[in-house]
Amino acid sequence: MSKMVNLKINGIDVSVEAGTTILEAAEKLKIKIPVLCYHKDLCIAGNCRVCVVEVVGSRKLVAACATPVNEGLEILTNSLLVRNARKDIIELLLSEHNADCTKCYRNGNCELQDLAAEYKITNQDFIDLAHGTYTIDDLSPSIVKDDSRCIRCQRCVRTCTELQSVGALSVAHKGSEMKISTFFDRNIREVVCTNCGQCVIHCPTGALVEKTYIERVWDAIADPTKHVVVQTATAVRIGLGEELELDAGSRVTGKMVSALKRLGFDSVLDTDFTADLTIMEEGTELLHRLKANLVEGDTSEPLPLTTSCSPGWVKFFEHTFPDMLDHMSTCKSPQQMFGALAKTYFAKKIEVDPENMVSVSIMPCTAKKYEADRPEMRDSGQKDVDYVLTTRELAVMIKQAGIQFSDLPEEKYDSIMGQSTGAAVIFGATGGVMEAALRTAYEIVTGREVPFENLNITPVRGLEGVREASVKIENVLPDWKFLEGAELKCCVAHGLANARKVMEKVQNKEVEYHFIEIMACPGGCLGGGGQPIPTNDEIRKKRMDAIYEEDANMTLRKSHENPEVVQIYKEFLGEPLGKESHKLLHTEYFERQRY
Amino acid sequence: MTDIQQLVGELVKKHGTKREKLLPILQGVIEKERSLSDYAMIEIAKQLGISAADVYGTATFYSFMDTEPRGENIIRVCKTITCFMKGKNQILLALEDALKIKLGETTPDKKFTLLETNCLGWCHKAPAMLINDEIYTDLTIERVHEIIGEYKNK
Amino acid sequence: MGKNMLKRIDLIFKNEHDTDEILSKIFKRSNDDLINDLIGSGLKGRGGAGFPTGLKWKLTSEAKDDEKYVICNADEGEPGTFKDREILTQVPHKVLTGMAVCGRIIGAKKGFIYLRGEYNFLKPHLNEEIDKFHAILKKLGSDFRIEIFSGSGAYICGEESSLMESMEGKRGEPRNKPPFPTEKGYLGKPTVINNVETLAHAWTIFKYGPKKFRDLGVQDSRGSKLFSVSGDTPIAGIYELELGMSLQDFVDDFGDDDCKAVQVGGAAGFCVPRKKFRETAIGYQGKLTGISLPTGGSMMLFNSSRSMYNVLKNYLEFFEEESCGQCTPCRVGCQQLLEGIEAVKRGEKHQHYLNKLLRLSETMKMTAKCGLGQSVANSFSSIVENFREEMIY
Ligand SMILES: Cc1cc2nc3c(=O)[nH]c(=O)nc-3n(C[C@H](O)[C@H](O)[C@H](O)COP(=O)(O)O)c2cc1C
Ligand code: SF4
Ligand code: SF4
Ligand code: SF4
Ligand code: SF4
Ligand code: FES
Ligand code: FES
Repeated sequence: MSKMVNLKINGIDVSVEAGTTILEAAEKLKIKIPVLCYHKDLCIAGNCRVCVVEVVGSRKLVAACATPVNEGLEILTNSLLVRNARKDIIELLLSEHNADCTKCYRNGNCELQDLAAEYKITNQDFIDLAHGTYTIDDLSPSIVKDDSRCIRCQRCVRTCTELQSVGALSVAHKGSEMKISTFFDRNIREVVCTNCGQCVIHCPTGALVEKTYIERVWDAIADPTKHVVVQTATAVRIGLGEELELDAGSRVTGKMVSALKRLGFDSVLDTDFTADLTIMEEGTELLHRLKANLVEGDTSEPLPLTTSCSPGWVKFFEHTFPDMLDHMSTCKSPQQMFGALAKTYFAKKIEVDPENMVSVSIMPCTAKKYEADRPEMRDSGQKDVDYVLTTRELAVMIKQAGIQFSDLPEEKYDSIMGQSTGAAVIFGATGGVMEAALRTAYEIVTGREVPFENLNITPVRGLEGVREASVKIENVLPDWKFLEGAELKCCVAHGLANARKVMEKVQNKEVEYHFIEIMACPGGCLGGGGQPIPTNDEIRKKRMDAIYEEDANMTLRKSHENPEVVQIYKEFLGEPLGKESHKLLHTEYFERQRY
Repeated sequence: MTDIQQLVGELVKKHGTKREKLLPILQGVIEKERSLSDYAMIEIAKQLGISAADVYGTATFYSFMDTEPRGENIIRVCKTITCFMKGKNQILLALEDALKIKLGETTPDKKFTLLETNCLGWCHKAPAMLINDEIYTDLTIERVHEIIGEYKNK
Repeated sequence: MGKNMLKRIDLIFKNEHDTDEILSKIFKRSNDDLINDLIGSGLKGRGGAGFPTGLKWKLTSEAKDDEKYVICNADEGEPGTFKDREILTQVPHKVLTGMAVCGRIIGAKKGFIYLRGEYNFLKPHLNEEIDKFHAILKKLGSDFRIEIFSGSGAYICGEESSLMESMEGKRGEPRNKPPFPTEKGYLGKPTVINNVETLAHAWTIFKYGPKKFRDLGVQDSRGSKLFSVSGDTPIAGIYELELGMSLQDFVDDFGDDDCKAVQVGGAAGFCVPRKKFRETAIGYQGKLTGISLPTGGSMMLFNSSRSMYNVLKNYLEFFEEESCGQCTPCRVGCQQLLEGIEAVKRGEKHQHYLNKLLRLSETMKMTAKCGLGQSVANSFSSIVENFREEMIY
């Protein structure tokens, strides 16, 4: 047990472990101290100074977020001194800020706006320093960077560096010139940015936001000549509620479907269908590679195989490990598999000319916007996915349409390409793809279900940054004799910093895995860059619980049992990794530059 | 291999690849090239295993690490209080006159760049300026023309 | 003028080169003994903040770690300060000796001199001196080594934690404190960082004993100090004087008979108007009667031909540019103060706006993350309060 320290905050005694900050101690007493540069996911910066508090007997105020407690401290969080100083600081921030909230994307969900409202900053005596000399970079398909809304808290830089180890953003210059910049201040689309959007969900203001396509989707819906298909990723159904005044972790699948129908989408389908398909393809690819490497000694398609359903991760890989691209599964992400099938298989089924079809996807992710824009993603003959909206953008549409979300009835996805299994649902959580793949691959090889209670492969679950598991394969079916007694070594990592660690180990041959699941965002898609703000571990945990509940409540929990999947192979694709699959469901990767 | 790659390679050989060596390496490039190009920074980032934006962000913090092309001789005139009081503005005008460029510019022959800087630590001999690493103090208009003449003839 | 009221001291630049002898004597003494001498001398940091040097070394010697560092802060960027350059030019061996002794005491094998880029021309000379010094150390069986680390034009890197960030190859953004360098300094290791002059004084103290040093100065401002004298003075230069002197005596000695204000401690320091010369003493804030002003040694004199508005504007331009820019009060505050006084001068803001700015400078003092932002209020309020008319008309 570590040493306890006693102190007083606003006259109330509190006892906390040594090393606790004043902010955390105050939290324990449910005393709120405002913060801006502080974020639970990130290291402490202590630069915004809005969290300053008074230490009785000291002439200086201290930053509550950055100052550890001491025995006998007496802290005041709301003294006259503190309030005046804090107000000055907020006023200063506003003075260098382009604060026309009504024209701001974060209007209504902005930490600076909240603070300004709380402190009733109605007069602005300070000189306006925001002179409009700032640049807006909106050339990226995913991210818009508006420096005029930036408070220079560096949350984005810490996110991009610490959580993601991408380093697309950095702080440049000093003094009054100090700003958040990319390499030589190039456009975000030209640099190593993975489009993961983690900076967006960590930004307290409207300085970093997703590029929105809401208007284009409304236009498509309003166009009578267009058949608008929408697909929804798994993590949206456990995140959307938060944007619509429900608690974190609310499962809203049925209401969401119902809302989409009311918004006017012509077909409301499920990305989870292609998540199941991904398992079929990727699982087969894994088994194929195992055989080639272990039996035939053919290493042209090497092990370990890494997943490829997270486009932020894919782009990161292309920038960072260009020599290892052949480790990456050739499977497209479920979104892009869906897009390619929507304008081929599905279009034919419902007898719509693919040229008149608009394919929209709702994603917890900003990188998917970029992915849909990749020139390779046109295997249907057109752009496979036309517009990608985030969970947040869908919530905006629902609000715009005046829909009272919580009162909606539960509805079912349209068919075909609307059915899914629990295996697809768990794609939304880190470890989910691994678990889903194991559920299927193990059964293909042995004819039996994975040896875990209720199919819950708990070792690959959780929020630990890197998790390892191994599955012993015994009593295999005749076709898979070469795997008898083998130990399938798996690794799961989420957040690109963890991904980098794992892949560097693979590169240096320090580890021997067969299969690695990587999700660009901490927590997996449930913590994606398109999810509700705020997102932190507490909230990630709730969303994760919701995902596993959703899985547990499904009758079908293994991808290969999805009847629509069976049907599509029979009617259209042939077999996993077959010719048609190859054309529509698989892709290739390219080396990318290092800045 | 380009010249820059070779230069960075040599510097990395001399200093190693630890993050602590970033400044000495950047300074090494500046010494030879007078400024930091994007190529140089990408190469340094690669060698040190850090992001290029990080190198850029670090370099731009330091006012002696120029990211715009600079002349062979960088003149930095002190603009802080004592030099200001002792006639820095006249010195600057004299320099502009001698070099036929404005503050912040580089001569077309790439020989000189004219900049301002903060206190050089020679206030008792103000006004002062640096040309590359050389210090010049107790400046007068005549002295400025003399000095520039010497550099032009170098 | 030139009354020679103040006793000139000749310790730091005293021409003595018996480094071998002194070091071998020192190395024979115990660490406790040496620290006690240092504490006994009353030496306080000459870089501006005035932390007791003996205590700093003691704390670092007590920190448990295999690796520790000694850093000599030669970033000397405070406007009006130039004495460290002169020390490193004339008596670098004294500074190196101070570093080596510190290394012995705290258990460090490595020392750095963080030399501002503006002083690059000193490097060849310094490196020669370091080589000679290493040879002496080798003879004495010490494997302590000293290296120069060059800055690249950033005033803030004189702030100790910023300096360490810079040495680690990063932007020189000051760190949160605690932890202090004595506990977590360069590369997270316990580190002593001292000003050039502080280290040079250590030579005197170890060579002549603490008493010689202690006998100079007053109360808790002991010893002599180098003063960088500039501005409107006929005898600008570097002078070693006793701490505790009255500003009036100083002006009598160094002024040009028309001195209207002295800026003590550089842009980060205080401006004292003529009417307060008598009641102001130069030393660390302590029990002296009247006002006592600490200083890294910068003394800038202004005569009545100078506009204090221009002086303040120049300082604020300096801070606005040299702030690291990370924290709100300093980054935005400096810009507001600067644009604020300009607006008042132009008549775009009412003169009462100066009061709002004074309050802002107080907020900066209380809330800025490091000494830079905290000290802008010193010059701002002392100039605005004492020369208000000059700000407005
Ligand atoms: C903005 C700022 C600039 C500083 N610049 C210097 C400097 O150039 N040289 C120096 O010795 N100390 C400087 N200091 C003080 C250092 O942080 C530190 O206190 C000092 O190096 C400790 O050495 P000392 O105890 O020997 O004075 C500066 C402090 C601040 C806040
Ligand atoms: S970032 Fe926030 S405070 Fe700034 S304009 Fe947008 S909503 Fe308003
Ligand atoms: S972009 Fe956002 S997160 Fe980054 S510094 Fe600006 S306000 Fe902070
Ligand atoms: S989207 Fe991701 S990779 Fe791109 S800047 Fe933001 S955090 Fe970095
Ligand atoms: S006070 Fe100024 S220099 Fe210090 S940390 Fe803040 S912005 Fe940087
Ligand atoms: S929240 Fe503490 S300084 Fe920003
Ligand atoms: S003010 Fe110019 S050298 Fe100090």
